[in-house]
Amino acid sequence: MKPAPFRYVAPRSVDETLALLAEHGAEGKILAGGQSLVPLLNMRLARPQVIVDINGIRSLAYIRRKDDHLHVGALTRQRAVEESATVRRQMPLLGEAIRFVGHPQIRTRGTVGGSLAHADPSAELPAVAAALDAELVVRSPSGERALSPGEFFAGYLTTALEPTDLLTEIRFPLLPERTGTAFVEVARRHGDFALVGVAAVVRRSDGTIAEARLAFTGVGPGPVRARGAEGRLAGSAGTSRVFADAAREAAARLDPESDIHATAQYRRDVAATLARRALELAWQRSGGRSR
Amino acid sequence: MSSDRVRATPARVPARRKRRLREPQSTMTIQFMVNGETVERTVEVRKTLADFLREDLGLTGTHLGCEHGVCGACTVLLNGEPVRSCLLFAVQAAGAAIETVESLAPGDALHPVQTAFREHHGLQCGFCTPGFLMSAVALLRDHTVPTDEQILETLGGHLCRCTGYQGIVEAVRAAARTWQR
Repeated sequence: MKPAPFRYVAPRSVDETLALLAEHGAEGKILAGGQSLVPLLNMRLARPQVIVDINGIRSLAYIRRKDDHLHVGALTRQRAVEESATVRRQMPLLGEAIRFVGHPQIRTRGTVGGSLAHADPSAELPAVAAALDAELVVRSPSGERALSPGEFFAGYLTTALEPTDLLTEIRFPLLPERTGTAFVEVARRHGDFALVGVAAVVRRSDGTIAEARLAFTGVGPGPVRARGAEGRLAGSAGTSRVFADAAREAAARLDPESDIHATAQYRRDVAATLARRALELAWQRSGGRSR
Repeated sequence: MSSDRVRATPARVPARRKRRLREPQSTMTIQFMVNGETVERTVEVRKTLADFLREDLGLTGTHLGCEHGVCGACTVLLNGEPVRSCLLFAVQAAGAAIETVESLAPGDALHPVQTAFREHHGLQCGFCTPGFLMSAVALLRDHTVPTDEQILETLGGHLCRCTGYQGIVEAVRAAARTWQR
């Protein structure tokens, strides 16, 4: 299998990348880990004229805690996130979810920024970014801007990124004490894209839910935050009944598509069950220190 | 092996002038290590590493199944890490060290992981085997005593239509015991 002919360039810096993107405009395409783009090229579903390979920009691969955020460079390999003690300690939701992304042999190449910029509707990381209220840092010829997940994800395989933009960093706000998180997913086989995935964040104050966040993947054109259910959970007692009701309410508002893998109704049912499990797990984990 | 890192240089283009934007190329001359030997070739940039290994270097041990990253047959080691060679362009390997299945048994003696596959029915038709072997070798280099969870996680990135997988799992467990590292 051969991709259609293209020309290739491997810039060594962010500035050089931006200059190349500006020069080649909509004909150019950024190649990061390539685990989604190269299949599209191999199958000739995508035919960019110019591939701008950013894998040589070492300065875009890092995981560091600074002030009250975890900063992850866009070119950080998913495998590095998975193996990072900093991630395990500071942002366990990210580490838990990333193990659902493909397989180890995919995660050695796949990048955090690439997965977000590709914006597959069943991908795990967009839901994680949504649940954690991450900031997506974008560089363009005119400067730098930070987008919320709501601003960044614009629909099916679509983001707010312009052809001249480069996603450079993802900033995850550190979670306060007594906050628990969980990521659960159902896929036909482990490593496949999710039928449904759920990310939950729950902060407790004694027996009460101080704050809850719930984000779904696989049930819409992009990640879906369940704001209504989140509002109802805040201030409620952390009981199984409360979590089950909130999960059902959140799932009922979803509008998933049917495809060969699952009907819309099945996805909604799975979403309700997974949301309940994710909330309960996050609640259990909120017991001690921020986990 | 990675001491030979060499940057990819455009073919037939004079030395780069400073401050000029790099020009996208259709072919490039690349240099990298394959199974311990330095290789320099001029390749079309759209050629995947898998096709390059098979067609340009004659290393046909690396098999191509799905060519979109699902089956794992084409898995090779890039600087020691398992990657899909169908999802990497050859030019992206410039300066890197590649290991293919041909590197496992340079002489007549099989690699301990290969021996374990043979003894535990870890293969039947053998099409998927090169990928399984490379992932297993990478796993066992990092973990002399891998847990079953680690073995399954690693093998989960590969498809086999013959064995039903149990023999492969058993082979990797056995290789962990027999491979003197």
